Amino acid sequence: MRSVGGGRIDRTRTLSFTFDGTGYQGFDGDTLASALVANGVRLVGRSFKLHRPRGLFAAGAEEPSAIVQLETGAHTLPNLRATQVELYDGLSATSVNAWPSLTVDLWSINSLLAPLLPAGFYYKTFMWPKSLWHAYESVIRRAAGLGRAPEQPDPDIYDHRYVHCDVLVVGGGPAGLAAALKAGRTGARVIIVDEQNELGGQLLGNRQHIDDAPGTDWAAAAAAELAALDEVQVLTRTTAFGHYEHNHVALLERCTDHLGPGAGGLGTEESGAGGVRQRVWKVRAKQVVLASGAHERSIVFRNNDRPGVMLASAAAAYVNRYAARPGHRAVVFTNNDSAYAAAADLAAGGVTVAAIVDARPEPGPAAVELAAAQGIELLVGRAVVDVKGSRRLEAVNVVPLDESGAPAGGTARTIGCDLLAVSGGWNPCVHLHCHSGGKVTFDAEQACFVPGESKLAIRAAGGAAAKFDLAACLDSGFAAGAAAARNAGITRRGHARKTPVAQPETPAPPRQLFYVPSPKRGGDTKAFVDLQHDVTAADIALAVREGYESVEHVKRYTTLGMATDQGKTSNVAGLAILSEVLERPIPEVGTTTFRPPYTAVTYGALAGRHVGEFADPVRKAAMHHWHEAAGAVFEDVGQWKRPWYYPRDGESMKQAVDRECLAARNAVGLVDASTLGKIDIQGRDTATLLNRIYTNAWDSLAIGRSRYGLMCTEDGMIFDDGVTTRLGEHHYLMTTTSGGAARVMAWLEEWLQTEWPELDVRLTSVTEQWASAGLCGPNARRLMDEVSEDLLLDAEALPFMAMAEGRVAGLPARVFRISFSGEVSFEVNVAARYGTALWTALMTAGEKYGITPYGTEAMHILRAEKGYIIAGQETDGSVTPIDLGFGRMVSKKKDFIGKRSLSRADTARENRKQLVGLLTEDETEVLPEGAQIVAEPRPMPPMEMIGHVTSSYYSANLGRSIALALIRSGQSRIGEAVFAPLPGKRVMARIVEPVFFDPEGQRLHG
Amino acid sequence: MAEAYQQQSGLAHLGLAARAVVDADKFDHGADWGVWLGERAFQGQINLRGDPGNKTFMDAVAGVLGVRLPTKPNTSAGAENLRDGPRAMWLAPDEWLVVTEAGAEAGLAGTLAEATAGCGGSVTDVSDARTVIGLSGRQARDVLMKGCPLDLHPAAFIPGQCAQSLLARATVILYRGSDDAAAAGASFDIHVARSFVEYLWTWLEDAAGEYGVRIVEG
Repeated sequence: MRSVGGGRIDRTRTLSFTFDGTGYQGFDGDTLASALVANGVRLVGRSFKLHRPRGLFAAGAEEPSAIVQLETGAHTLPNLRATQVELYDGLSATSVNAWPSLTVDLWSINSLLAPLLPAGFYYKTFMWPKSLWHAYESVIRRAAGLGRAPEQPDPDIYDHRYVHCDVLVVGGGPAGLAAALKAGRTGARVIIVDEQNELGGQLLGNRQHIDDAPGTDWAAAAAAELAALDEVQVLTRTTAFGHYEHNHVALLERCTDHLGPGAGGLGTEESGAGGVRQRVWKVRAKQVVLASGAHERSIVFRNNDRPGVMLASAAAAYVNRYAARPGHRAVVFTNNDSAYAAAADLAAGGVTVAAIVDARPEPGPAAVELAAAQGIELLVGRAVVDVKGSRRLEAVNVVPLDESGAPAGGTARTIGCDLLAVSGGWNPCVHLHCHSGGKVTFDAEQACFVPGESKLAIRAAGGAAAKFDLAACLDSGFAAGAAAARNAGITRRGHARKTPVAQPETPAPPRQLFYVPSPKRGGDTKAFVDLQHDVTAADIALAVREGYESVEHVKRYTTLGMATDQGKTSNVAGLAILSEVLERPIPEVGTTTFRPPYTAVTYGALAGRHVGEFADPVRKAAMHHWHEAAGAVFEDVGQWKRPWYYPRDGESMKQAVDRECLAARNAVGLVDASTLGKIDIQGRDTATLLNRIYTNAWDSLAIGRSRYGLMCTEDGMIFDDGVTTRLGEHHYLMTTTSGGAARVMAWLEEWLQTEWPELDVRLTSVTEQWASAGLCGPNARRLMDEVSEDLLLDAEALPFMAMAEGRVAGLPARVFRISFSGEVSFEVNVAARYGTALWTALMTAGEKYGITPYGTEAMHILRAEKGYIIAGQETDGSVTPIDLGFGRMVSKKKDFIGKRSLSRADTARENRKQLVGLLTEDETEVLPEGAQIVAEPRPMPPMEMIGHVTSSYYSANLGRSIALALIRSGQSRIGEAVFAPLPGKRVMARIVEPVFFDPEGQRLHG
Repeated sequence: MAEAYQQQSGLAHLGLAARAVVDADKFDHGADWGVWLGERAFQGQINLRGDPGNKTFMDAVAGVLGVRLPTKPNTSAGAENLRDGPRAMWLAPDEWLVVTEAGAEAGLAGTLAEATAGCGGSVTDVSDARTVIGLSGRQARDVLMKGCPLDLHPAAFIPGQCAQSLLARATVILYRGSDDAAAAGASFDIHVARSFVEYLWTWLEDAAGEYGVRIVEG
């Protein structure tokens, strides 16, 4: 029912929408909720557990009942509050929790079963027989679940934005506007955010005046002034949903939601730039002003959840802001003065107000006057104790209260009405203050929690600071804005302006009344505290009877405040009832924890653009595009893509890998080693650093020579390995594993900066500076001879573990005689810009020598044939150098990181797991890596495990499978048979030395 | 001798030069973009480390560069336009990135190493380790704000300042030059590890999409 005039709606713009399949019309400026009100729709949802009919309860973020599923398909969003969904043409929404439909909800049988479904019912009822819980659970979840998650990929664009400011003002009501004006006028960088589509806050929904004009006029002027200030950013349709350490505040801006689905998708060539649907702002604010206002509370009584029972301020907002009447005949039930204005607003909007029921024996004089002026019957010292009507409110029962707040007895007076506007007082929105650990204190006079101490620079103003009358609200806003700018270090003062004047108010104190007990036996099982989770006053009493006294336990047992609304209308009432049951004062009961987000945030917004190809960076080495063109299959190594193998037409992986392995040992192989970590080390004390970091000794390394080293952590366990080369007198190049590069760099820096600052050593990461191509095999030297101009490459001039600088394929290069294959090898490093030039030159010149590029799989097989370890494969953080047979590389003469730990009883014991080779009895059987090894197999576990397989491959060069394993006392078991119990079979293998190919190493030095 | 054609910049395979030609033509015909993007290929980069308290070291470097190394965090010293000489950017209390015109790095690194020999510092040519992306235009800052947690307000991050930070999921060195008159907005150099540059470029083009992107030659 729409009033003829008034409201902040544009009657010239009619919008069509559907709710649960029925078509309606609303106006631009409506929310889905206000449009439903205007269309006389009362039943908007079914409750979560009991499937009781529910109507609109609020007009803002706190709405517990009107929870809708918006749109369908890929654009669908569950659990939106109809009160916050701006209406657009073609909107389609459905209510949640009703099956098959809202009016014929078969699950409403639960409502009749309510006595059987108290708090914690499923912990008890469905636990027997235990094996059937899963079957029960799926049915319970279907009956109880809220909305449905979308099942298709989200087509919309979401984005993030980092921003810093001096003052962030959360809330664009009178206090927030005042704070932003005051701070903004100083030139401070100010951001003001409000979740609504325009600034004004409560002024949009009430009829209060500022400077003798409607409050909305003042709000519009304030908004215009803010928009004109260069350093002020105004964000509407934006919710500050979380407050974190260091005044980090997360905002959710809904950029195109109000335009309907499809407005926030990828742009097309024709339409130009794409639109962002939602944007998360990550704000670092020097100062935060919390002007988030207050939520009105309800009062708990029997059947207080019936459609037509509504918060008084919400009823007034529908009339004032949307010119939509939520009822024809209203009763107002209150414990404070604020609802009198709401009653007057309803009357002015054409709703008959039958009576004001005030729980206080003596309401404030101003309130009484207001009621008298409107000719509304005033019933004092009374309360609504029950209502009549199921899907639509028909009447309320009013009884006198005694001093304790309980019904005093006597006959109830029944007043016919279809709207009950309730006000139980106001709760400051302290959520953000609490997210970051801010404390709250209980203000007994106003019967609410107010922000207390916080470690962060956040201050509350207006309703959030329990300043509930407009004049105080504005004053506190101006004061907070001034203080915030000052504390942000802004020394300028803004131009003085006339301070706006609001109508003076002198509200009388509220009566602390959260709950009207039902005189009916068992009546409290229908007195709802948490409407969204169907938690009743009786549930709280039950929880206490069952031994739950802590507020956190009662919350979890009853699920009070754990629904999608996080108890915005229920938490404080729940605490108050708990305090009554426990007979302890409210402050002693305490509060539950407020956690972000304030209102739900979509995963899409949280992910932003970090989806698809942007989910994680792909690192590409200099020759990557050659590999791609050559048809390489890539393997992920950390964020790197490395060629895994290069299949030729029709080849399987095994065929390709076998071919690559054979070529590397019989002709010449070429591998891209660019991803290996490289650290340039300069300084007089470099050898000292290497001595302390590596287990072996480095004093004697000559210039132009390389040495292999193992690094341990303090616990004596291998951490990384690699070859370090001495390039000059005080100049070294260290290589690390591909995955360990950043870790090793950080490790060295940490030791140098924190423990050994006296060492003259400087590190620079050069991993990305160099592209590296490794040649190996019997033809490698011939090829190198051909492509190099000024290098002596024979075994005498450039022996194994030596380095030379010269030109390769005309490119300035460093050539290292290091090997990960056991063949004669040359690792050629050139500046990354020349990587592809080097690679293609080698491929071209190598064609006649049978050059074959090989990937990481072949590389791993070749090294395993030689028993070379991979840090991270043969090691797992629990393996010492000695375990791997590197005892001779552990210096006895010098100290190094991890040395002391190697003499601990556990690391020094004889029967540790040691590296060995395994040869399966069946030469074609390739053991799975990670397979457990037992000495005495049994038909069924348990069996004693003595080790596990670390690497396992088929070796084409050996014509059989090989494996490396860590086996307890392995080195003394050489020759013994062991077993790998696998699903469906048991594989026998013999323990051998971990070198399968060319054990004398003749090929390496050739 | 290595030939120029053998060089491949970090973004060589994206065909940016051809796109730049097309966009230049559109520009001549009045097209307007909020963001200009280009690869500043082969910019010379030398990592310099040393003790800022060591006067001999600082004097020696100043002798070569013509300016003293900056010691105030996140500031730079030297030429803004590299044609006029090198620039040193503060990276850490004992670390700077000296940038030069393409091709000048080898000579400069040699001179620096010679001048600072025995001063306990290090000079390392890292010209290939990072690729430089130029980003300018009216909405250049808006693009950076989508992925960089630093305060990039025009008064907080002023021309000549530099910083190491994250941009999207890549580590970058960010340098702000003087405003780009042609692009009508702020101008930034983004130094990013070569292996990340394709990821970051793609991210930047995506982030700048809503403002319109012109591809320009370095």
